[in-house]
Amino acid sequence: MNWFRRPASDTQVTHGQRLWLYILAAIVMFLLVAPTLIVMPMSFSASQYLEFPPREWSLRWYDFYFGSTAWMEATATSLKAAVLTMLVATPVGAAAAYGLSVSKHPLSRFVFLLLITPMMIPVILIAIGAFYAYVQLGMVNTLSGLVVAHTILALPLVLIVVSAALKSYDMSQEMAARSLGASRFRAFLLITLPQIRFSVITAALLSFLTSFDEVIVALFVSGGDNSTLTRNMFNALRDQIDPTIASISTIMIVISSVLLVITQLFGRSGD
Amino acid sequence: MNKAGSPDLSPYANELRQHEKSERRALLGLTGPAVFLVLITMVLPVGWLFYLSFVGSDGTYSMENYARMLESKAYGRIFWTTFQVSFLTTGICILIGYPLAYFLSQLPSRWATICMLAVLLPFWTSLLVRTYAWLVLLQRRGLINEWGMGAGLWDEPLPLVHNLNGTLIGMVHIMLPFLILPLYSSMKAISADLLKASSNLGATPIQTFWQVFFPLSLPGLFAGSLIVFVLCLGFFVTPAVLGGGKVIMVSNQITNNIELFFNWGAASALGVVLLVLTLVILFAASKLLPLDKIIGGGT
Amino acid sequence: MPNAEALPISISRITKRYGDIHALDNVDLEIRSGEFLTLLGPSGSGKTTLLMALAGFTRPDHGSIKFGNEEIILKPPHTRNVGMVFQSYALFPHMDVAHNVGFPLKLRSVSKAEIAERVEQALNTVQLGGYGKRQISQLSGGQKQRVALARAIVFNPRILLMDEPLSALDKKLREHMQIELRHLHEKLGMTTVYVTHDQREALTMSDRIAVINHGKLMQLDSPREIYDRPANRFVADFIGESTFLKLEDKAGKLMFGGQAIEVRAAQVQLKHPALVMRPERLVVIGKANVKTTAKDMNLFKAKVCELVYQGDTSLMYAALADGTEVTVRAGTRTGAAVENINIGDDVMLGLHKDDTVVINDE
Repeated sequence: MNWFRRPASDTQVTHGQRLWLYILAAIVMFLLVAPTLIVMPMSFSASQYLEFPPREWSLRWYDFYFGSTAWMEATATSLKAAVLTMLVATPVGAAAAYGLSVSKHPLSRFVFLLLITPMMIPVILIAIGAFYAYVQLGMVNTLSGLVVAHTILALPLVLIVVSAALKSYDMSQEMAARSLGASRFRAFLLITLPQIRFSVITAALLSFLTSFDEVIVALFVSGGDNSTLTRNMFNALRDQIDPTIASISTIMIVISSVLLVITQLFGRSGD
Repeated sequence: MNKAGSPDLSPYANELRQHEKSERRALLGLTGPAVFLVLITMVLPVGWLFYLSFVGSDGTYSMENYARMLESKAYGRIFWTTFQVSFLTTGICILIGYPLAYFLSQLPSRWATICMLAVLLPFWTSLLVRTYAWLVLLQRRGLINEWGMGAGLWDEPLPLVHNLNGTLIGMVHIMLPFLILPLYSSMKAISADLLKASSNLGATPIQTFWQVFFPLSLPGLFAGSLIVFVLCLGFFVTPAVLGGGKVIMVSNQITNNIELFFNWGAASALGVVLLVLTLVILFAASKLLPLDKIIGGGT
Repeated sequence: MPNAEALPISISRITKRYGDIHALDNVDLEIRSGEFLTLLGPSGSGKTTLLMALAGFTRPDHGSIKFGNEEIILKPPHTRNVGMVFQSYALFPHMDVAHNVGFPLKLRSVSKAEIAERVEQALNTVQLGGYGKRQISQLSGGQKQRVALARAIVFNPRILLMDEPLSALDKKLREHMQIELRHLHEKLGMTTVYVTHDQREALTMSDRIAVINHGKLMQLDSPREIYDRPANRFVADFIGESTFLKLEDKAGKLMFGGQAIEVRAAQVQLKHPALVMRPERLVVIGKANVKTTAKDMNLFKAKVCELVYQGDTSLMYAALADGTEVTVRAGTRTGAAVENINIGDDVMLGLHKDDTVVINDE
């Protein structure tokens, strides 16, 4: 039976009859991925105007990026903020996820909703709210102000990822550990944590990216010496199309993809 | 049975109750740091903004910010634009996203993981980078115009960016994964046995799809559309970059009010309206469907 | 031989409410030092809740639990020093067998050398000597069960709790393990509290059985007493099969349709006396008109409705004079009386007076 006539679904629809779906899906998948990826080769074009394919290949825009103090400082700020956000949001969020999953307190549901609200409301509100608060406290353009704001943006993601892991985890193992003499805390550290570690790592990486990629809050809250990479990129975009942005974008795409692949690999072997 | 010499009718009842209460509290206390952060960085400042929205330009309590919103045609246009973009983006995402989600749900798991990368890759890429990519592609001298004109499809470069069209294209690209992911999980949860049963009972594949599969996929579709719509309402970056100043949504106007006019009152009022709108929509939706199951997690 | 160190357990007035539902309702239970006691009941009866209360994972609303002389009801689970085997085994997948079994010893700061020795000893006891390096994923169901057991006994607890540990195993393995667990208990002598819903398992393994339903203790007795002398309808119904025959109390004598019933022991005045008829205790004496010289037998005339040959036994459904349908399980050996019976025949059934149990059917 040639492939077109083979049944493809539980209702015995054949591949041939579904061809239109396959073509449409392929087009959409292409459209999802291509625009992002096309920036990458364009970043190597020698001319002032980004071309595809580049007539002349060159690293000039990368040289410019790495050679520019302004860009490098912004990158350093972004990296610092992202790492700090990751280091704060992950344990705080994981602890909250654990507490919510084992506590039978009536307020639990309300607390969960409160903690995922930053994800549900428009970021602009958090941005101007934080900006206003920081102006009063003299915290505008500080790294700590940025990290605190980014942390609450990352918390919902950590909470959701770790909660999901705890849901599919066999809690009787923790009970077994406690029956054998481990206190709740030791049981969590020795038994539960090692087994949810892949989800915790994914949550950490997501927090990192949330901070690193974040634009709106950074626009308001970072600036001057502590301007982030994304803030500078955004301002550059509004003024003119600076080809340096293509090289920075390429680097960011590579970072994101690598992190994504890492979590996918872990996700599979962790099951 | 009473114990000799023991007047206590419920032995250890008080101690046990205390222990239970303190254990629950201690466990809930693990959420303490998170709650603290959210309160001081979000709840308090937003509360502050609420207050600010009622402060007029002369520094006293007044409703002028809200009044201006109702009267001004400019604000009317802003809200219209915001809703227009949100509805159109959500609609297009549904049209394009549903078939793709369906396709993915029908794949054997190895292929599904690979093809899913096509959805996850843009999801994990910075939205600034994605918006920039479209800017580059859609400009007058961008890739799409170069190819279109080169292939003879059109003579003049099409104005694909710095307008509503460009904004929509960018927003759809960014929002698609948000629709596809919950929709996909909802589709995967549909038992194959139901489709087989439907066939066995005499339904054609098309009937089975519309009468069995589609209705069962609606919760995921609803959740995904809701997420997309709410995100669109508050969106900032893409309209700012791809709209060329012509697509002003609520969040863009808030920013303008602060950066250009230093009008905190007006900005806060607009922010409050946006917040209330978002919360009302989420609340209404949560009544129709248990959202926390789809977002996954919680108690 | 009961271990001199095994602890008795004293459970007093334990109550646990979930809203309006009483998971445990003022349960009083004295468990003897070194005995194998089974908590038997249907699902939702409260037996697992009681076990969890003993382990410390369920906090009762009130009551007292003593291990020996020590009140432990307020103690957190990790200080109670009881061995526990979970239904799902709850083995730690990220550790190998030796580390799983050695885990409680590590927590108690035992030296590495001693841990290795005691782990091997425990594994030998469950007949898994040498399995230390295996990964949990490499073990079969029965092996996992034994590792869970080894882990629960390696630190020499004086009380062992088991929550339906054999329910995930197939029938043959389960029956084999029941006997092995019994041998292990005799060897180690720990006070063991075992939870199951399988009555055959309870009857096989226990020194005493505590039958639990709706959070209440229905009967506490040895397996033989539970089976032969059920104290109430629930126990009679839950253990083995029974038909209940309503009796009348005429001046101290129990009557069925005008016929006096001989019972084993003198009965206290019961408000609603009912005769418990177990299918395998009823004897098919022969056709209705047969003369019987059987002494001490209560005789019942019945009409055969259905006869089902089941290989090892035959099942007969017969109707008594008042219409009550009784089930009789008869042997199929050559020469058995049931061989000559056909559907529709009138037969004579007998119940030995020592097998005649009367309960109060509320």
